[in-house]
Amino acid sequence: MLAALLQQADFVRPDIDWHALAPELTLLAVGALVTLIDVVFLEKGRKISPTIAGLGLLTVLIPIITLAVDGVASNPRQAFAGSDVYVVDGYSLILKALFVLIGYMVVLMSTDYIGEGDYWESEYYGMLISSLLGMVVMASARDLITVFVALELLSIPAYLMATWRKRDIRSNEAGLKYYLNGVFASALMLYGMSLLFGVTGSTVLSEINAGLGDGTASKPIVSLGVVLVIVGFAFKVSAVPFHLWAPDTYEGSPTPVAAFLAVAAKSAGFVALMNLIFVGFWSQNEIYGPALWILAALSMTIGNLTALRQENLVRLMAYSGVAQAGFMLAALSVAGESLDVAQTSVSAVVTYLIIYAAMNLGAFSVILSVSRRTRTAHIRSFNGLFQWSPALAIIMTVFLASLAGIPPMGGWFAKFGVFSALIEADVWWAYVLATLAAVNTVIAFGYYGKLASRMWFEDAPTEFETTPIRLPFALQSALVITATATIAFGVYPGMITHFSDIDVPGVAAAVGG
Amino acid sequence: MEAFLDDWGLTLVTFVPLVGALVMMATPKEEESAHKMIALGTSLIAAVFGVLLLFNFDYGDAGALQFVVDKEWINVINSRYIVALDGISLPLLILTLGVVPLCIIYSFGHFPEPHNPKAFLSLILVLETGMIGSFIAQDLILFFVFFEVVLLPMFFLIGVWGGDDRRYASLKFFLYTLFGSALMLVSFLALFFLADGTNSTMAGDVVSATERTFDMRLLSTGATAGIARSAQLWVFGGMFIGFGVKVPMFPFHTWLPDAHTQAPTVGSVILAAVLLKLGTYGFVRIAIPFLPEAAAAWAPVIGLLAVIGIIYGALGCLAQTDMKRLIAFSSVAHMGFVMLGISTLTDFGINAAIFGMVAHGLITGMLFFVAGSMKDRYHTLDMGRLGGLLLQAPKLGWILAFAAMASLGLPGLAGFWGEFPAILASYNPAAILNESVWRAFMVVAALGTVLAAGYLLWMVQKTAFGNPTEEFANDPHIRDVSKFEWISWSPFLVLIVVFGFYPNAIFNLTDDAVIGSLEVESVVVLNIDGDPIEVVNANGDVITVANSSGCLEQEDGIDCFNNNRIKAERAAAERLASLETASGN
Repeated sequence: MLAALLQQADFVRPDIDWHALAPELTLLAVGALVTLIDVVFLEKGRKISPTIAGLGLLTVLIPIITLAVDGVASNPRQAFAGSDVYVVDGYSLILKALFVLIGYMVVLMSTDYIGEGDYWESEYYGMLISSLLGMVVMASARDLITVFVALELLSIPAYLMATWRKRDIRSNEAGLKYYLNGVFASALMLYGMSLLFGVTGSTVLSEINAGLGDGTASKPIVSLGVVLVIVGFAFKVSAVPFHLWAPDTYEGSPTPVAAFLAVAAKSAGFVALMNLIFVGFWSQNEIYGPALWILAALSMTIGNLTALRQENLVRLMAYSGVAQAGFMLAALSVAGESLDVAQTSVSAVVTYLIIYAAMNLGAFSVILSVSRRTRTAHIRSFNGLFQWSPALAIIMTVFLASLAGIPPMGGWFAKFGVFSALIEADVWWAYVLATLAAVNTVIAFGYYGKLASRMWFEDAPTEFETTPIRLPFALQSALVITATATIAFGVYPGMITHFSDIDVPGVAAAVGG
Repeated sequence: MEAFLDDWGLTLVTFVPLVGALVMMATPKEEESAHKMIALGTSLIAAVFGVLLLFNFDYGDAGALQFVVDKEWINVINSRYIVALDGISLPLLILTLGVVPLCIIYSFGHFPEPHNPKAFLSLILVLETGMIGSFIAQDLILFFVFFEVVLLPMFFLIGVWGGDDRRYASLKFFLYTLFGSALMLVSFLALFFLADGTNSTMAGDVVSATERTFDMRLLSTGATAGIARSAQLWVFGGMFIGFGVKVPMFPFHTWLPDAHTQAPTVGSVILAAVLLKLGTYGFVRIAIPFLPEAAAAWAPVIGLLAVIGIIYGALGCLAQTDMKRLIAFSSVAHMGFVMLGISTLTDFGINAAIFGMVAHGLITGMLFFVAGSMKDRYHTLDMGRLGGLLLQAPKLGWILAFAAMASLGLPGLAGFWGEFPAILASYNPAAILNESVWRAFMVVAALGTVLAAGYLLWMVQKTAFGNPTEEFANDPHIRDVSKFEWISWSPFLVLIVVFGFYPNAIFNLTDDAVIGSLEVESVVVLNIDGDPIEVVNANGDVITVANSSGCLEQEDGIDCFNNNRIKAERAAAERLASLETASGN
């Protein structure tokens, strides 16, 4: 006992690669600054906090760019020397940049929404930034403990943000549902993680892979562990049948928060799944492959079919998000077939996440813009939008077409990547999933097209004033940025693949098929 | 000038309309005449470039791709911006470039409700970019993107400016086509992973000749030779549905009558004249040259559905009371003839099919114009209430009768050369196909022409002959052909006659390219399980296919060569020999 304690006293701090950690540290500093401004200037600080948060997020891009220039993509760095716990490579870097940019867009969407309502403004941005910090950490996490800490760091502020409309009972419900589901998922995941730790004796993903791969571990326990961890993240990415919280939570939360959850939190879930699959569970294809296949097939089909009957736009977007998650899961479900497929599949999912972020944040921005006038998110409020606010109608059409996967909007290339991963796998169940995905593309247009036809073909409603909507500058910028990105990604996909065509992270790359 | 056209001609033709649409979006909505001028101007500029291409096209070498542009686009998937023009694309390109400005001129006189020229005309220009791009793309992904760009503008044209049932019709149109194109995309991807671009006989001439490729030049010249037969059949099946929905072939046709009936006049004209051709063009340009063996296996299905379409379309026509719906069903029948020509897999049949596409575009486009103008005057197309058009508006009446005559295939007008050679071609299908089946198709198709005469004459009789009904007898709105109508219609009328008298204008153009597309570029050697073991390309190089189990019955070689192409070649040789002996006697 004493000896063990003494041994621990010998702990020597490993060399820390400060450059590799610079994005996280900058983000931490920005979050601290926003909170500090609130503490020092009190009410006077409210006006500048969104600006500080936005600019601060953009400064985080600086260390990310310097790392990229440093050649991290071809030469991964360990943040702690000699340990695979925290790795900065091309894959994690592009995802960090994605999270930071999503955060910036959410700040643009929130600026006036939060400012005009009766909300705690400075705390909001502090929460947002700490949640983003969790996501940025997640991108590099290659260790069960780090993954879990990152997950909680990104989730707990998000629970609070969901209840930000404090006096609205629906917002309370949203937060509570999200919290209970999130905690339940965490519990399942922790149980799974503890089983895996018990079997392999390590929390580092690369060592877990080695432990699982040598065939000595008990198959049932490993299966249970892997499946429980996947189920835990299936909650996060709102895959069917673990999606039931999402529509209620999105509907009740403030709209910018719903967008944040739908895009950033979901992406973080996928990042964690990819880390686990490619680094930790790589040898266990026969377990995670079928599990993800089922989740993908169910999410696509049930998400789309349920979305067909939604009357509330935010709920519709929630189910559409469930279906989109199904597409990404489909690409992951065949990743274990071979290293080539894994390569295609990682690129496909990262590409999908980038395009999904642009088009989904854009769609939420339009919903936000219209509901500033109509004060409702009922699908009827979009009737005749083309007549009374043609610019918004055209922009929304761009996003809907992109979500439906119609060229030349970005979404087609995202779906294309998924199809190419499935077909490259060249096994019958992949072809089945590809056919199912093709059918789902058609079903999805049922509701995207219906919304488009409401905007274009119906007459304007009479309940509210139908003069063109004037938007604040921040929201205008959000719309312009997302719409431009959505179109540009579709016309010249090379601008994403330049970044998203990355090596498979970690073990999979080293071990090979 | 020529160098400029070589590098930029096709790109400009494609994107000038899109630039016009963008300029229009930046122009305020109130400036209606400015919008009209921009739309007409840009579509005419595109047409002028089209004429320049027409003059600079090397007709002696119409089988080869010309004005080729090959630039990087999406590197990760080896998809490139490749556009080019040959004898198959040229007539369809010119058709598109001609129809769009004429439609724009026509719309000046007849803006459908709810007016809004800005949105209406800019959608037409976006549509034009999509259509032109599809006809000149030489990369599967580029083709797919253009093919899909067409959908949204048409969706909105029908949905915003259409008739009473426009919401249903536009959504139906979209969902059908989207379903087809999703399967088509899966097939394209399967080709990407299964084909080997370096097997192509053109591999040396093409910069991007990599193993995995979307380059249509490579895929149509032997890159697909190593694909197992069963895979070929599946891939062809996906493309069959994708293109078949667009054509539309029976039983995928049900979107067409709704879309046509509800669409505004100009929408119907573009739909009939150009959009439907994207499907048949896909068969001629992609499905058949890429997978000739699968095409041979699928040909009976294509032929059968084509003749069902001919008869079903004709019977459908006879059951209609709405004039526009009748013309829509006649489209199903006419596209049946085109598909019958394609299903013969002979150069004769496919030439006829391409002629049929152009002829159908001109004639049915014209019929929809007349129907639209009648709707403007009578506010109904119910044939029970119409009548006496020849008395009230004689010129309009004669134009209707003329277009109907052309449509029923009267010799001397363009329609004849689309139908007759297609029927003739099925007398003598490709050697690989079962002759008696196609002769049966031929008889049925010939019956279809009789029905066509029946329903078209019936339509003319109902609407143009007799005395005006009481309802419209003294209606001052029933005036004769207006200025805008003359301008936009006369090119159609002239060309219907010109192509009727001189069909070689198109046949000469397409022939070389069609023969080229049917050429067997390489021969696959299969073992008795049907797996390829080696590929012999046209240069005589033998490429061994990896992982093959080898040929099991090498001795007599028959089972090793269990291959449709070889069967086809043998059958052709035997027939030639028998013909020679027959003529010798």
